[in-house]
Amino acid sequence: MVTYLEFEKPIEELRNQLENAKQIAEKSKVDMSQSLKELEKKIEETTREIYANLTPWQRVMVSRHPDRPYTLAYINSLTGGNWIELHGDRTVKDDKAMVGGFGMVDGRTIMFIGQQKGINTKMRQYRNFGMPNPEGYRKALRLMKLAEKFNKPIVTFIDTPGAYPGLEAEERGQGEAIARNLYEMSKLNVPVICIIIGEGASGGALGIGIGDKVYMLENTWYSVISPESCSSILWRSWDFKEKAAEALKLTASDMLNNKLVDGVIPEPLGGAHNNHEEIFATVKKYILNSLTELDKLSPEERVKQRINKFCSMGVVHEM
Amino acid sequence: MNWFKRIKVGITTSTKEKKETPEGLWYKCPSCKAITPTDEHVQNKYICPKCEYHEKIGSAEYFSIIFDDNQFKEINANLVSGDPLNFSDTKKYTDRLKATIEKTHLHDAIRTAHGKVNGNDLMVACMDFNFIGGSMGSGVGEKIARAIDYCIENKIPLMIISKSGGARMMEAAFSLMQMAKTSAKLTLLSEAKIPYISLLTDPTTGGVTASYAMLGDLNIAEPGALIGFAGPRVVKETIGKDLPKGFQTSEFVLEHGFLDYIVNRKELKSKLTKTLEMFKN
Ligand SMILES: [Zn+2]
Repeated sequence: MVTYLEFEKPIEELRNQLENAKQIAEKSKVDMSQSLKELEKKIEETTREIYANLTPWQRVMVSRHPDRPYTLAYINSLTGGNWIELHGDRTVKDDKAMVGGFGMVDGRTIMFIGQQKGINTKMRQYRNFGMPNPEGYRKALRLMKLAEKFNKPIVTFIDTPGAYPGLEAEERGQGEAIARNLYEMSKLNVPVICIIIGEGASGGALGIGIGDKVYMLENTWYSVISPESCSSILWRSWDFKEKAAEALKLTASDMLNNKLVDGVIPEPLGGAHNNHEEIFATVKKYILNSLTELDKLSPEERVKQRINKFCSMGVVHEM
Repeated sequence: MNWFKRIKVGITTSTKEKKETPEGLWYKCPSCKAITPTDEHVQNKYICPKCEYHEKIGSAEYFSIIFDDNQFKEINANLVSGDPLNFSDTKKYTDRLKATIEKTHLHDAIRTAHGKVNGNDLMVACMDFNFIGGSMGSGVGEKIARAIDYCIENKIPLMIISKSGGARMMEAAFSLMQMAKTSAKLTLLSEAKIPYISLLTDPTTGGVTASYAMLGDLNIAEPGALIGFAGPRVVKETIGKDLPKGFQTSEFVLEHGFLDYIVNRKELKSKLTKTLEMFKN
């Protein structure tokens, strides 16, 4: 069952028409290939037009599209299933909202880490809606240090509505866990590539987001707060989320313009949810190309460049 | 109630001026409601003599409490956050900044100064809560980064006094990246083996907790401060019930292993001196 967002309704309608026409053609044995072709063309044009004019808020909705691939789908596809999931932070428990493990891509071992959202109602609960607890960030850091020890590059997939704001999360130091990751990731001596594949909400996203290359998929968002929460705090109402989404400049292209990320990974026509295989292939290409580039630098040079990059972010002036 | 005048916290009047406040001005403790003459309250480092409630104070007050003879050299005093996003909510961000600067006589939510603490050199970066809720934007991040450079160059220890509601939303992702920036910069301070003491005061939450405030060689706090990542209201909404007593206080955070010690503001300078000397000798 395909899910359509409100603004995707014209696409849904055309696809239904196409389906009907196909059935009629089948039953009546009349040659309808010409009109089928035209319908297909129209679907493509409509999709292109809709996706070329998405508002920031609509992109936020695409980033949360239930049919979008999540972290485990990327890892499975990129490694062709040749990977080993690793569990636990060695202190408290295994956080199901943060997954990771060694995987093989074209004969090279990579440490994959990412937030994981659930694929159905039951799994969404199990994955805590992709909101890690402190043990999730500590599990991620443990895996990164493991990768560093054995000189394996790290790829993180970011997709979270935020770090979990629960009681135990506070008891176990959510703030400290994220802070520690920012600090430690800054000086990891192996290549680190971070890719926002869905939602990049605030410190919960940044907690696995300090990389030599930080990419955003075309229809994702990354900011300090969700548009909904921003609306409720700054406008004191939930009704200004569209306005907030615009003001926050949270889309991939805005983030690239502001030099806060290193690149935008194009999505298939109609979004990543429209063609999983294509987005997996594109992401794989970006990872391998980036690794080739990063391999040329010494670990010291990479760390220096990484730290300098983040330290240059910000706009100030003298008064 | 007009005969009670709450001390305006964080304004840049010197302690000396405050001491000269005419008699008849009183401080009313928001915690126990006890009334104390303002000058006595100032003498007592803005702590309620009855219940030890630590009133929120600003950088001017902390500098006067910490530095010998209130002597210090402030660096990058005129640095201000830009407005790269041309942000506007119910008000333009640039207007908000301008109004806040006029009202507080501060340029951003942090001031950085080098002075001596019983003869020991120390760089203190102190946040001001009354500057847009002590929120962290580009100005705060850059001033901390430059303070760290200064510490490395001059080989002097760093103390950051945190007091913040978290990120500055009007700077959106630029604000978020200040968490990365300050944390990355702290790795350089660490590499230079220069001590960093993080003092968490009421309140320290959000992105500040999730970056430099929790990254001290020592994390210390004033008693009774609110310290957390998510704000108590958000946590309460998440769990759907009332929060346990003392949740997210300094004492709670100490008990859970994230602080080295809690220090009463009256003992701050002496304990700080002792701590600095431990690193030095
Ligand atoms: Zn009191």
